[in-house]
Amino acid sequence: MSATFRTFEVHRATRASRAGGLVSLAIVAFLATLPLWAEAGTLREIDELACYLIYAMMWNLLAGYGGMVSIGQQAFLGLGGYALLVMGNFAGINPFVAVPLAAIVTALFAIPVAQIAFRLQGGTFAIGTWVIAEVFRLSIANWSAVGGGSGTSLTALRGIEKATRIHVTFWLCLSAAVIAIAATYLLLRSRQGLALLAIRDSEVASESQGIHVRRTKLGVYVAAAFGAGLAGALYFLGNLRISPDAAFTVNWSAFGIFIVMIGGIGTIEGPIIGALIFYLLNKIASDFGTWYLVGLGALAIAVTIKFPRGLWGGFSRRFDVHFFPVQRRLVLPPDEKGGSFHA
Amino acid sequence: MTGTLSWISTVVQGVLLGGLYAMFAMSQSLIFGVMRLTNTAHGDFIILASFGVFSVAVALGLPPAVAPWLAMILMLPIAFGAGYVLQRLVLNRVVGRDPLPSLVVTFGLAIVIENLLQEIYTADPRSIESGGLNVASISIAEGLSVGTLPLLTFAVAVAIAAGMQWLSGRTALGRSFRAVSDDRDAAQLMGLDHRHIYAMATGIAFALVAVAGALHGMKTTFAPADGPALLLYGFEAVIIGGMGSFYGTLLGGIILGVTQVIGFRFDPGWGIWLGHIVFLGMLLFRPTGFFAKTR
Repeated sequence: MSATFRTFEVHRATRASRAGGLVSLAIVAFLATLPLWAEAGTLREIDELACYLIYAMMWNLLAGYGGMVSIGQQAFLGLGGYALLVMGNFAGINPFVAVPLAAIVTALFAIPVAQIAFRLQGGTFAIGTWVIAEVFRLSIANWSAVGGGSGTSLTALRGIEKATRIHVTFWLCLSAAVIAIAATYLLLRSRQGLALLAIRDSEVASESQGIHVRRTKLGVYVAAAFGAGLAGALYFLGNLRISPDAAFTVNWSAFGIFIVMIGGIGTIEGPIIGALIFYLLNKIASDFGTWYLVGLGALAIAVTIKFPRGLWGGFSRRFDVHFFPVQRRLVLPPDEKGGSFHA
Repeated sequence: MTGTLSWISTVVQGVLLGGLYAMFAMSQSLIFGVMRLTNTAHGDFIILASFGVFSVAVALGLPPAVAPWLAMILMLPIAFGAGYVLQRLVLNRVVGRDPLPSLVVTFGLAIVIENLLQEIYTADPRSIESGGLNVASISIAEGLSVGTLPLLTFAVAVAIAAGMQWLSGRTALGRSFRAVSDDRDAAQLMGLDHRHIYAMATGIAFALVAVAGALHGMKTTFAPADGPALLLYGFEAVIIGGMGSFYGTLLGGIILGVTQVIGFRFDPGWGIWLGHIVFLGMLLFRPTGFFAKTR
């Protein structure tokens, strides 16, 4: 190694990422026209896909970038749904306006919850968050004003025409999914994103480099709760009915983990691909009921052991393709040794 | 007077229930203590054991006072073997500093077990016929009696806590457990094969799971979807008691059991809730538990 300074450039974009941006825009523009010609059933399916995608994206942010593996994000999904219900049915707020408000309420709940959850680390954090989700489920199941254990309907939507309701719900779901992907992407490319990656790799080393570990983790936890709350509000806006068992079921975590692990944890593309695979599997195989779930569980085990990077992670590593690159590449002039490397 | 007596009765019931929770917890605590692995399928393994004992007891065709006990004893070596093999073939590949792979794999196992049980036994609740033992009781004082089966369960839990404490503190195997737990690489340099030691720990934990599953299945009805609740109760008992001490875990189970039973007394809807709240309060005010030896 010579002691002289070399000239270098830091590349953030790739050829694929420029193409990826354009293709994504085209896909979103196409999807936005769906309410004009597609059937209500198709719209509802895409609504649900969007909710799963947002939820999985947030789980990915928390576990794949923040290093916080949670089995309790359904706490925030359910809270989002119930916040929507309370604002719509009791406070008389327009349910569509209540969707972002419900996500904000959920994020506010996450701040005190984090004070308890952060007492635990690693595997115990995962189960501790599950206990917290159970506390929310049981509390709401005992609250008769929102229907207790059997749940209730979103009566606030009564005065709205059916076609309007379906179309607006669809556009809300689509824009929320786009915002969730874009916001995660921008966050990870920012200074805070770099700090987050450092914390995931070593909390002690990051702290010694001047990163506020606790504050950064809290920020990610609250952001992930916001996203999960948004997904919950949208899901139950389309579902019209909510019950504690549907809102706070651990199946949400199971599906989120499946989507992220199959697609590829720690990437933006992974959850998108995982959500599409999950959607297709659901369409093809959900008639098999319990066997379908046995297959999902077994697939998650096999992928984690054999392909821990997931489908997209393996593919992008093999062919060096990144549609949403969050890494910084150091590019040295061609006459010097070394090509590029990822940070 | 009867009020006081019924309160005493409630607390005694809670203590005995805590014995069962401690049994769920000790196997979990052994696996976590030795290899820092959080087994999210633990509750499902307990339910699997309940179904195993149920089926073996039926197949034996003996009188119900004998069949479940014989079935439980037959299940012990099977459970040990299953635990050993599961650790060697699957869990050893995902144990490590990063908790993610082991969490995902055990969570996947939980889903597989729950749905396979549903496929085989349907979602209907079952119970293990014990020849009336589940309703028998012993009168301690005028107006105060305790269930025979809960008392027996509690005695087994105390015996297991003492046995595990002895195993951990006084035997060569226990020393290996502590050695690989403290420093896996140094233990390996001393000639310990951590893969084997981990598998021994999981094997023993699974034998305890078989006992817990049998007693749980005799005490109450069980269904394929019950696993997660048992996982959470056991986990709470471990954290309340503090890591690293089996007597601490026993006490953690008792605290949880008493809390739940008192909660149930006020309102059946709030018993489990109150148990969770006490656990969360514990985390907030005394995160290392009551009897922590290790962190």
